[in-house]
Amino acid sequence: MRGFTRLRRVGLPYLLLLPALLLELLVHLVPMVIGIVMSFKELTQLHIAHWGTAPWKALGNYRVTVDFDAPVGATLLHSFVVTCAFSLLTVGLCWLLGTAAAIFLQENFRGRGLLRAVFLTPYALPVYAAVITWAFLFQRDNGLVNHVLHDQLQLTGDRPFWLLGDNSFLALLVVSVWKTWPFAFLVVMAALQSIPKDLYEAAALDGAGIVRQIRRITLPSLRPINQVLLLVLFLWSFNDFNTPYVLFGKAAPEAADLLSIHIYQSSFVTWNFGTGSAMSVLLLLFLLVVTAGYLLATSRGRKSDG
Amino acid sequence: MRILRAATVTATVTALAAVAAGCGGGTSFDDGGSDDSPRTLTYWASNQGPNVEADKKILGPELRKFERQTGIKVKLEVIPWPELLNRILAATTSGQGPDVLNIGNTWSASLQATGALLPWDRKNLDAIGGRDRFLAPALEATGAAGKDPAAVPLYSLAYALYYNKRMFQEAGISKPPATWDELVADGKRISKDGKWGLGAEGGQLTNNIHQAFALGKQHGADFFDRTGKPTFTSDGAVAAVKQYIDFMAKDKIIAPGNAEYGQNQSLRDFATGRTAMVLWQAAATTFAADGMKPGDWGVAPVPVPSGTPGTGRQINSMLAGINIAVFKNTRNLQGARKFVKFMTSDTEQRLLNKTYGSIPPVKAAQQDPAFNRKDTRVLRETLIRSAAPLPQIAEESQFETSVGTAVKDLFADAAAGHPVTTASVKARLAKAQQQMAQ
Repeated sequence: MRGFTRLRRVGLPYLLLLPALLLELLVHLVPMVIGIVMSFKELTQLHIAHWGTAPWKALGNYRVTVDFDAPVGATLLHSFVVTCAFSLLTVGLCWLLGTAAAIFLQENFRGRGLLRAVFLTPYALPVYAAVITWAFLFQRDNGLVNHVLHDQLQLTGDRPFWLLGDNSFLALLVVSVWKTWPFAFLVVMAALQSIPKDLYEAAALDGAGIVRQIRRITLPSLRPINQVLLLVLFLWSFNDFNTPYVLFGKAAPEAADLLSIHIYQSSFVTWNFGTGSAMSVLLLLFLLVVTAGYLLATSRGRKSDG
Repeated sequence: MRILRAATVTATVTALAAVAAGCGGGTSFDDGGSDDSPRTLTYWASNQGPNVEADKKILGPELRKFERQTGIKVKLEVIPWPELLNRILAATTSGQGPDVLNIGNTWSASLQATGALLPWDRKNLDAIGGRDRFLAPALEATGAAGKDPAAVPLYSLAYALYYNKRMFQEAGISKPPATWDELVADGKRISKDGKWGLGAEGGQLTNNIHQAFALGKQHGADFFDRTGKPTFTSDGAVAAVKQYIDFMAKDKIIAPGNAEYGQNQSLRDFATGRTAMVLWQAAATTFAADGMKPGDWGVAPVPVPSGTPGTGRQINSMLAGINIAVFKNTRNLQGARKFVKFMTSDTEQRLLNKTYGSIPPVKAAQQDPAFNRKDTRVLRETLIRSAAPLPQIAEESQFETSVGTAVKDLFADAAAGHPVTTASVKARLAKAQQQMAQ
């Protein structure tokens, strides 16, 4: 009887977690499993009304997706490379901007609150409104960007296109960094509050300059936060759909053909949900591997530090 | 103990709900509709007016009229264009949809292939007055050839050439161009000092397809052969796409900036006097909203090689429009048929098409003077004489995306100053054709 009571006491928290767990299953895992099942089916418009009975295609969808000599696989690979470059640059720039701004705003000065609020605005704006504004700014003939670069500063010989051709990558990167860096700023700013002031005072007494203080105190203290922050930023930017969709519409230029929009085009626009699902599953696997590898690598590094 | 039991109950209910939701998809359509719920109907209307609210105001009184006549209450939902197709696909997948819905007529064959829509066989068509009430080409855009229509035409539209009268006058041009050679010549006279002859919406895939399709007809190309296989690289198709791109690349009557237009900026350019011509369907309300007066612009048929629009190689427009369809597993089949009959009745056709600026696909309703004004007459005559529906094939959506993107990429090449040759056009179209094969 005592054993049963103990079991109840130990088991209760798990039991209380159960509804949340089941809801999590319902909201996330069930659709994921259905998506994985779909990737093995031939799911075109001929079958969506009876998708339970759509014919099995075994690995057929995957074979098409990873056949890099054929157009489908080749464009997917290209899109993958573009997305990797885009994500790494976005994460790097967001982190750099966010950390720099957070450190500068640590000092108490007039208008600090206002500046903080201004820095956070891009994060608070609805994505569609913000990105469509950028789309208009980047217009070749009437856009503000060309007005400043070409008409005012005369940096370019001809009006460049920002939403077509190779420049579109740059445009996408700018919008993405602009939209995401306030999050890095917010997180780092919060983390900075927890670093004890006396550490800096002691360092200053020992004659350490500001750069040395940042390198020896600030950055090491931010390490655990950075570990999570970089991962989250990476996953967000890698999966970003809204920015390229609003900026370029259904067909993104090759230089800015991110995976998410590529997959959207391969399934929703062409009504071939099987191939789209196969691509999504591959994307999921890749992100799982990266996340696991990253967590392993960074937590091992931390252990050896300690 | 009480807590434990509560937790167990919650968990069980959640698990059951999860299982139920998991099995919800894939409801069978085989049993067709029923009359289990004869007092109500759900209607998904596409957004035809300036905004969703306006549509509700326009349709509301008509739906109440229908309720007074039949006692059936119609629940209206107006769905914006970017969402409509996804909503229909979701409804198809889950089997939980509206009773009656609007579809873009170019989707007819694709949606027909899903088997989610009620086929309009002879019996069903006779119940709404028979096929002869409708304009023949409009009825062609309701599903694949040789099959019963998947929908019934509701509002029809065609392309026309809109031109700025003052800009034509200033350039000393007395009448709108009737052939492409005249259009290029007029365009060249106008294109100078920051003004341009023709506007294009280079980044909008659908618009690209519509233009390429009509030009393709004039070059004797159909983009698909009889068996439904894509023939994008045929000489006619290549020549048609090249002719359209050459307005920018060779003739230089389209401003390079138009290559990135995708939010109807070309209409604003027209309204502000930066371009003198656009090829568009029913643009009058947009021009008025941008501050133009009705007397400022003229309307003419889209040019054709011979100067006189007609059938075959003198086709000058795709047949655009909205169809009304019945979801196959409706629970009010009788009511749904009655509602389609009501919406395609002469009175409603006159009234709704007049309000929306479209042309009724019902012949008798076209007699109203509202469809004989200078702009509506051009649209109506184009519809009757020289419009053809886009290919009615299940892969229509892929066609729009792949060829539309090819045209967009070619415009980008032209705008960047890269040469556009027959070979480069053919290469882009070959790539589009490969994408169709996947």
